[in-house]
Amino acid sequence: MSAELGSPAAVATPSRLEALGAAILAAIPAGLTPVANHCGELTYEVASEQWLSVAKTLRDTPGLKFEMCMDVCGIDYLSHGRSEWLTQDATSSGFSRGVARGAQRQGAVAPGRRFAAVYHLLSISLNQRLRLRVFCADDEQPMVDSATDIWSGADWFEREAFDLFGILFKGHPDLRRLLTDYGFIGHPFRKDFPLSGNVEVRYDPEKGRVVYQPVSIDPRVLVPKVIRHDNRYDPQLTNAPAHATSLALPDKAQNG
Amino acid sequence: MAEIRNYTMNFGPQHPAAHGVLRLVLELDGEVIQKADPHIGLLHRATEKLAESKPFNQSIGYMDRLDYVSMMCNEHAYVLAIEKLLGIQPPLRAQYIRVMFDEITRILNHLMWLGAHGLDIGAMTVFLYCFREREDLMDCYEAVSGTRMHATYYRPGGVYRDLPDSMPQYQVSQWRSKKDADRLNGRRSGGLLEFIENFTRRFPACVDQYETLLTDNRIWKQRTVNIGVVSPERAMQLGFSGPMLRGSGVEWDIRKKQPYEVYGEMDFDIPVGVNGDCYDRYLVRVEELRQSNRIIKQCVEWLKANPGSVMIDDRKVRPPRREEMKGDMESLIHHFKLMTEGYCVPQGEVYSAVEAPKGELGVYLVSDGANKPYRMKVRAPGFAHLASLDEMVRGHMLADVVAVIGTQDIVFGEIDR
Repeated sequence: MSAELGSPAAVATPSRLEALGAAILAAIPAGLTPVANHCGELTYEVASEQWLSVAKTLRDTPGLKFEMCMDVCGIDYLSHGRSEWLTQDATSSGFSRGVARGAQRQGAVAPGRRFAAVYHLLSISLNQRLRLRVFCADDEQPMVDSATDIWSGADWFEREAFDLFGILFKGHPDLRRLLTDYGFIGHPFRKDFPLSGNVEVRYDPEKGRVVYQPVSIDPRVLVPKVIRHDNRYDPQLTNAPAHATSLALPDKAQNG
Repeated sequence: MAEIRNYTMNFGPQHPAAHGVLRLVLELDGEVIQKADPHIGLLHRATEKLAESKPFNQSIGYMDRLDYVSMMCNEHAYVLAIEKLLGIQPPLRAQYIRVMFDEITRILNHLMWLGAHGLDIGAMTVFLYCFREREDLMDCYEAVSGTRMHATYYRPGGVYRDLPDSMPQYQVSQWRSKKDADRLNGRRSGGLLEFIENFTRRFPACVDQYETLLTDNRIWKQRTVNIGVVSPERAMQLGFSGPMLRGSGVEWDIRKKQPYEVYGEMDFDIPVGVNGDCYDRYLVRVEELRQSNRIIKQCVEWLKANPGSVMIDDRKVRPPRREEMKGDMESLIHHFKLMTEGYCVPQGEVYSAVEAPKGELGVYLVSDGANKPYRMKVRAPGFAHLASLDEMVRGHMLADVVAVIGTQDIVFGEIDR
């Protein structure tokens, strides 16, 4: 390995992203759905049945060379885009006092769009990054093909996603829980798993050992989740593309 | 003939060389490792899930507690992610301050690593010398943020406040004489920048001192040379980053290749190893100490010459100053909304990676347009490194496990999250 690895000037510029997009399209003509690109990063959605062949192509094609898998991240889209406190019509009706919990408002996510595994790939030789999202077709038993045969580094990242989200990685050599306690029940990072958990432990002096019992605290929301429709970020309201304009407001008169 | 079976042994979680709470189930044939199975998660605090339940700014403090020996670098990855989504950029002075503190953090981390790694494999003395310099850097943290470790100093849009003009002073007490206090306060007469400048002048000689103790030390070499060898191909396959990747000879440093903040302006070199063993990784990290010192020097010079604002002037992100709040209703409302509800971040997703002392620390942030992250994932460098422990120690002796754990620079705050 020597100095001609990705040159320092090669940062993610729009033209480089376009070139990468074209190279990917040339190597994989079908099966990838581009996602609106944010902040100079390229994202694709891959159908789960095509995922392994796409991954192999991305690693082995000379113009792509994604030889590293930096991260695998599970996501639960159960309450995506839904606020706990409605602000839209608050001026006419007033704010509600209570907070609607995410778990009570489930069921609106389209089937097959709840769980996803997101892979972050890096090409060291060509200095480029790529993000791939694989949705699990089955919400009850989410399953994705494991990428451990393509990138050995995906091993623990996939185990973590299995542990925290219950996403099953087909073909993974050792799919055990990783971060949670021995004998833990449930998948704690799912959106319907309460933040305070289901069980707590304490030392029982009578039994002379540590015992598990249901949690004694109620789940509560300290700061409700609020989605405000901000015209600075809405591409339909402003003609300029998102992030093209500076957000800095004119300096207010200093008084005080 | 008697049947000979492998011996299974528990290493940790309370073993001093386990660097925290690593439970390692080792399968031994005599003293040779056949299989190593790390059990992690004993320090799992669900930082990511906690971050999903709080407005963006309230999670900055959690980031310090991830990799708790390189605090500000973690904050950096997080605030960079928010800034990218918001589409804001901090003022230049804030960027220089961040770069300076990132490098101070790198030295802090590598000193901790060097001391602990030395201690693990039998070099007791170097620990004391490392902590002597660490103390000065902790004082820099204290001067700028009020705390010695968990600073919570970076903010989306800049840093919390400008560098102080004076350093905290040692007081005379019944345990500290006037003479001692004066000696300790000698370097603290000026502001923080003078203090750091003084440090950068002294530090190269200190690194020489550590090297005298270790680099040509026969025992040190016996313990590290040809231990835990990783080829560059395997290092990339396994998702290595930082000194672990560079020790194997891959020239990759995000600060150079995908520069963030003002790293593009900085003049420094990337040290690269040749053999990919523990000794090369040691050499890489020691050289990084010197290079970080170089970067800090350049930052101090620039910061001395260029005073200015350290926070973006955007009332939708930055809370108004206290005195403005007292006289201006609009400022009071802004302050109240920012402190209770926080700001909403446009819908989207971003992955921001920084070159943390241990490797690539990435924050993957998914926002659905709310005042809290929808999903926040921390990509910890140590996580990928520890995952390869089995491969690295297989066939080595039991005592080498300690050397390999040390060379991976394991910190459980970031691995378990």
